[in-house]
Amino acid sequence: MGEEKFAAIVVGAGPAGSTAAYLLAKEGLDVLLIEKGAAPGSKNMFGGRMYSHALHKIIPGFWEEAPVERPVAREIITFLSGDRSVSMNCQDLNWVKPPYHSFTLLRAEFDAWLASKAEEAGAMLACGILVDDLLVENGKVVGIRAGEDEMFADVVIAADGVNSIIAQKAGLARMFSPHQVATGVKQVIKLSAEEISRRFQVEGENGAAQLFVGDCTRGMRGGGFLYTNKSTVSLGLVITASELQKARYKISELVEDFKQNPHVSPLIEGGEVVEYSAHLVPEAGLNMMPQLCGDGILVAGDAAGFVLNLGYIVRGMDFAVASGEAAAKTVLQARKNSNFSRQGLGLYEQLLKQSFVFRDLEAYRKAPGFMENRRMFTAYPQLATGLLSEVFTVDGTPPVHLLGKILSQVRENGVSLAQLAGDSWKGARIL
Amino acid sequence: MKRLSIEQLLGIDKFAVDDEQAHIVLNKEICAFCADKPCTFACPAGLYVWKDGEMSFDYAGCLECGTCRAVCPKEGAISWRYPRGGFGINFRYG
Repeated sequence: MGEEKFAAIVVGAGPAGSTAAYLLAKEGLDVLLIEKGAAPGSKNMFGGRMYSHALHKIIPGFWEEAPVERPVAREIITFLSGDRSVSMNCQDLNWVKPPYHSFTLLRAEFDAWLASKAEEAGAMLACGILVDDLLVENGKVVGIRAGEDEMFADVVIAADGVNSIIAQKAGLARMFSPHQVATGVKQVIKLSAEEISRRFQVEGENGAAQLFVGDCTRGMRGGGFLYTNKSTVSLGLVITASELQKARYKISELVEDFKQNPHVSPLIEGGEVVEYSAHLVPEAGLNMMPQLCGDGILVAGDAAGFVLNLGYIVRGMDFAVASGEAAAKTVLQARKNSNFSRQGLGLYEQLLKQSFVFRDLEAYRKAPGFMENRRMFTAYPQLATGLLSEVFTVDGTPPVHLLGKILSQVRENGVSLAQLAGDSWKGARIL
Repeated sequence: MKRLSIEQLLGIDKFAVDDEQAHIVLNKEICAFCADKPCTFACPAGLYVWKDGEMSFDYAGCLECGTCRAVCPKEGAISWRYPRGGFGINFRYG
């Protein structure tokens, strides 16, 4: 490629980048969408589920053509403690009627599809190209350098993921600290579609999402997940990096232990592992957000830290899509005013603030701090499983009323009533 | 399900290894003075191994997550970048 000038260069063909490129190309702009992987999606991985609302707004009824796996009908949260487990299980069939609430999906296929939509709309997709650096003139980003090639644009959108080298090079982001990110590891396990439906008690093509708290992370801050795809399940763990830094557990071994857990193994019995993957999750959300724009540059998706983990809900892709949308709208406006300075791109933050992206991240801003409470991952799973087990046990010993059972479990697990009351109050307010 | 070793797990994955250029380079002299060596536990691919008083590292099985970069307590020990375009891990599911 010689010295070309584009209206916009988007770095990273994930959900944020491809959405931005799609919307800009649709307006007739010359857009270059650069992806370091050999194909879009080949470097991308997540737990397994996307909430539909954001993409449905951009591509109405996207599920008709997108390679989604299963619409999620059943949500399960499971506390693990030794021989005991307690699950909360909720099915709502409204979730699997259009517009579907959420879908499990696999990123290699899905991201390739979304990038192809951008390409169809007229964006130029260049795969297998790693952006090495930004081109800067008079303090303004004017393009990118990839190897020997230099490419110019009015604006660069950094949608290059959690490790966002581009935002760091632009001086917009600092290197994250280990308590701001979590390591996610996943195994994709092949099973027959019928067997998956049977094991998770879902009808037909419907799917389930299951989150695990307790033993699976050895008391470390984090949890386990399982998402049912069509004929595979995505199973893995997410553990805060600062916890891994201190603990002497190998995370790859912990996933194997998780698979052997007696409450998990029947779910995947007979399956065959077809992939092992790992990725970082920018869990601190707004608390790790970089500057969202500079002269000639915008930051979107994971690169901007747009992830929310509440323990019972994990979101990233819907924020990525919506931030890609906001970035595209901003570029269109900046183009009208021929002003791509930081000020000219200021609309981006305004749009995000008006959208669910900031509203939701702001509403749960204290959630990451709340999750630092170790009782969530040790004492409470023990307490919940111990209590429910007692409730269901008949063994000839004298009866104890519910209150007595609760109090004895609280005592046994080394939790004070004040802590329990405080954590419940905080949890109810923060989550 | 049978337990799988990390070698078996990585053996399932598809890599296009860049034989000419390592994307992660260690300054092993700094590693030698690191007390905790968290990379030897945290790396999901188990690529950092402390052996015979030296850090042994193989970039070939890297899943490109960036965990080592996050947990390394020693500035300058790990020089981290993504593999050259088209190289490295190729997720078929993801």
